[in-house]
Amino acid sequence: MIPDLGNYALILALLLAFAQSGFSLTGAARGNVVFMGAGTSAAVGQFLFTGIAFLCLGYSFYANDFSVLYVASNSNSALPLQYRLAAIWGGHEGSMLLWTMTLALWTFAVTIFSRNLPQVFRARLIGTMGLVTIGFLTFILFTSNPFERLIPAVLDGRDLNPLLQDPGMVFHPPVLYMGYVGFSVAFGFAIAALLGGELTPEWARWTRPWTTVAWMFLTVGIAFGSKWAYYELGWGGWWFWDAVENASFMPWLVGTALIHSLAVTEKRDAFKLWTVLLAIIAFSLSLLGTFLVRSGVLTSVHAFATDPRRGLFILCLLMLVIGGALILFAIRAPRVGLGGKFGMVSRESFLLTNNVIMVAAAGSVMLGTLYPLFVDALGMGKISVGPPYFDTVFVPVVMPAIFLMGLAIFARWKNSDLKELLAKLKWAFVASVLMAVLIPVMMGHWRPLVSVGLLGSLWIFTTALISLRDRLKRRTEGLASHLIHMSRAYLGMIVAHIGVAVFIVGVTLVKGYEVEQDLRMAPGDVAEVGGYAFRFDEMRQEVGANYTSAVGHFSVTRHGSPVTVLEPEKRIYVVQNSPMTEAAISAGLVNDLYVSLGEPLSDQAWAVRIYIKPFVQWIWAGCLLMAAGGFLALLDPRYRRKVRGDAAEGQV
Amino acid sequence: MKPMLKFLFPLAVLVVLLGFFAVGLKLDPREVPSPLVNKPAPKFHLPKLGNPSEFVTTDDMLGKVWLLNVWASWCSACREEHPLLVEMSRRGEVPLVGLDYKDTDPEGQAVLSEGGNPYSVVATDADGRVGIDYGVYGVPETYVIDKAGIIRYKQIGPITEEALREKIMPLVKGL
Repeated sequence: MIPDLGNYALILALLLAFAQSGFSLTGAARGNVVFMGAGTSAAVGQFLFTGIAFLCLGYSFYANDFSVLYVASNSNSALPLQYRLAAIWGGHEGSMLLWTMTLALWTFAVTIFSRNLPQVFRARLIGTMGLVTIGFLTFILFTSNPFERLIPAVLDGRDLNPLLQDPGMVFHPPVLYMGYVGFSVAFGFAIAALLGGELTPEWARWTRPWTTVAWMFLTVGIAFGSKWAYYELGWGGWWFWDAVENASFMPWLVGTALIHSLAVTEKRDAFKLWTVLLAIIAFSLSLLGTFLVRSGVLTSVHAFATDPRRGLFILCLLMLVIGGALILFAIRAPRVGLGGKFGMVSRESFLLTNNVIMVAAAGSVMLGTLYPLFVDALGMGKISVGPPYFDTVFVPVVMPAIFLMGLAIFARWKNSDLKELLAKLKWAFVASVLMAVLIPVMMGHWRPLVSVGLLGSLWIFTTALISLRDRLKRRTEGLASHLIHMSRAYLGMIVAHIGVAVFIVGVTLVKGYEVEQDLRMAPGDVAEVGGYAFRFDEMRQEVGANYTSAVGHFSVTRHGSPVTVLEPEKRIYVVQNSPMTEAAISAGLVNDLYVSLGEPLSDQAWAVRIYIKPFVQWIWAGCLLMAAGGFLALLDPRYRRKVRGDAAEGQV
Repeated sequence: MKPMLKFLFPLAVLVVLLGFFAVGLKLDPREVPSPLVNKPAPKFHLPKLGNPSEFVTTDDMLGKVWLLNVWASWCSACREEHPLLVEMSRRGEVPLVGLDYKDTDPEGQAVLSEGGNPYSVVATDADGRVGIDYGVYGVPETYVIDKAGIIRYKQIGPITEEALREKIMPLVKGL
């Protein structure tokens, strides 16, 4: 009963999506106010019915309705409730429903928070998002219906993949999708502007908060995924350059370029075409990511069951959405002027350079991700591209961007004096170089790459601090009240940039100084790793809700004084009889102690992996700071102003 | 016209990408070409299913184009493929040799008496040694072997009608 309701709700949502784009776009074309209003109402209806379908699927999981094929394949009555609900997006069909649900949520948010936009523009925006919705709802209904019945019903389900039975599964996909799909709003803004043929600074100001929110979600979502891989996969890595990770990273890079480019368009009425193109590309890369994951053209740990029919459908969808957008771009672009002019040394030129670098970085990631496909398609054999490629290509590409990040915050719009800039920042540079050389020496041994990484990080940090000091010097009120009244956009930028610095510290130090040991240990053995003594005390058996577990007990001491107790587990999930490693991690500001169990080697001894990961938490802390910076920028009052004010401060 | 061309550039990039994806959809990234293709088929000398005193050897097949199908009673995908093999053997276009992999005689024979026997002869590889020589990593697998005893093609997983029609039979006929 409930699953059938869900199915009908999806069909109704599709019809409403047709109404949403049909009414909105015709209404906008003819200036028909009634039609445009109807389009908006249809969008709200589409959101409600997609929501009902989503809840119906959730209920089927809650009630263990194994007459639904998707529930039977991805759940089990012994599965704890939170994972039964997370199992909604544990497979292909449900992931697609989550995708559409997220799109509906963003559409709904647009109908609520864009009341102050010109009506025609708003109708075009909602109509464009409706077109994307039509594509995805059709895809779900015709190739991937989560409500398909299993007759006769089975007594119990095949269970959720044990790898996914983790709190990460509850948060990572929805947050990531909020980011991924959120770029559809920026895309809608770009298409609406191209349809109208007008690209104004107002347009950029309207687009900015939406893009920033999506970017924040994407940042946090990727960080979540990385952290999850770190503790769940049991080998202590935090980024694997896996095809699907790359699929989320490419829109992030382009999205980062987009939020900066939007700033220039808003402040200086420049980069207009570039900004629109970035908005199209960011969402196109989200769609591309969906295609890569769902079609099975690339192998990845994230790929679920694949079906060429689905791949073909998404390919056609890509062609229509991205192709249509780019054709519109080619037609309308010549009409859009280039906007404000700027000199070689100016904030604009630095931002443009960094934009190009971000896009080039995304391009290099894309090349590496798709290269196996290209080679295979040309019949030149099978190859795989791994971390060595990405590490060697990506890092040098983004290096100059890090240097320019420091310069750009001091450069003035339009025209800046290079000499003055250099004079101002020479001490910051000297200090950064000195510290970058000294810190690795203090940490035990000097490595060139560590110094390079630290240099980038310290440079961002010192320049951000100098910039903050300059601003505070100009203050006329008390320090605290000045900080409060300081432009949120500026503070957000500083916080986000410091986030990048913190992130680089984490990446550099964990790469440079991690200690990894694979050992054979029996109870009573003590291993000395990186100055810590790990004593394997005992092994005990435990029984969980849907698994049995062997739990190791390790006491960690340093110079004889106890530090912590770590209990890594080796679980066997009963239904699928699959083993799972649960690493034990003691996280700290400067060090993570990481123990994970391998295979039992005899009745007593186990293969044990002990890792010391210096500063690894800084990686995720840096991401959170970047997102926090985005949040601060959102609080800037100018986004809530209806008419453009006159006192916009000169910052990004 | 000229500025317009510049703005068509992103579209051109998209078209090239989509072209690759369209081709890529037809390819299976998990399909790894067997290193044994175009190499001599490993020789074996194995007891015959149903009559262990007789032996099946690769030498018997020299001078013929033949298929070697690796199967087992415990493999459900083999059952899926079985009716197609029976139908193929009825047409009698190519001799099909079975390799009963890591299986027991009674169970192997039970499958053949239930579903019909498509094989001209079945060799039993109870300990799986020959399977290792052939690089079997999942049952069923099927090898096309030419008159000189060279492996010309390896089908991983069950033979589908499509694979039979478009790959295996044209290859067999051409040899």
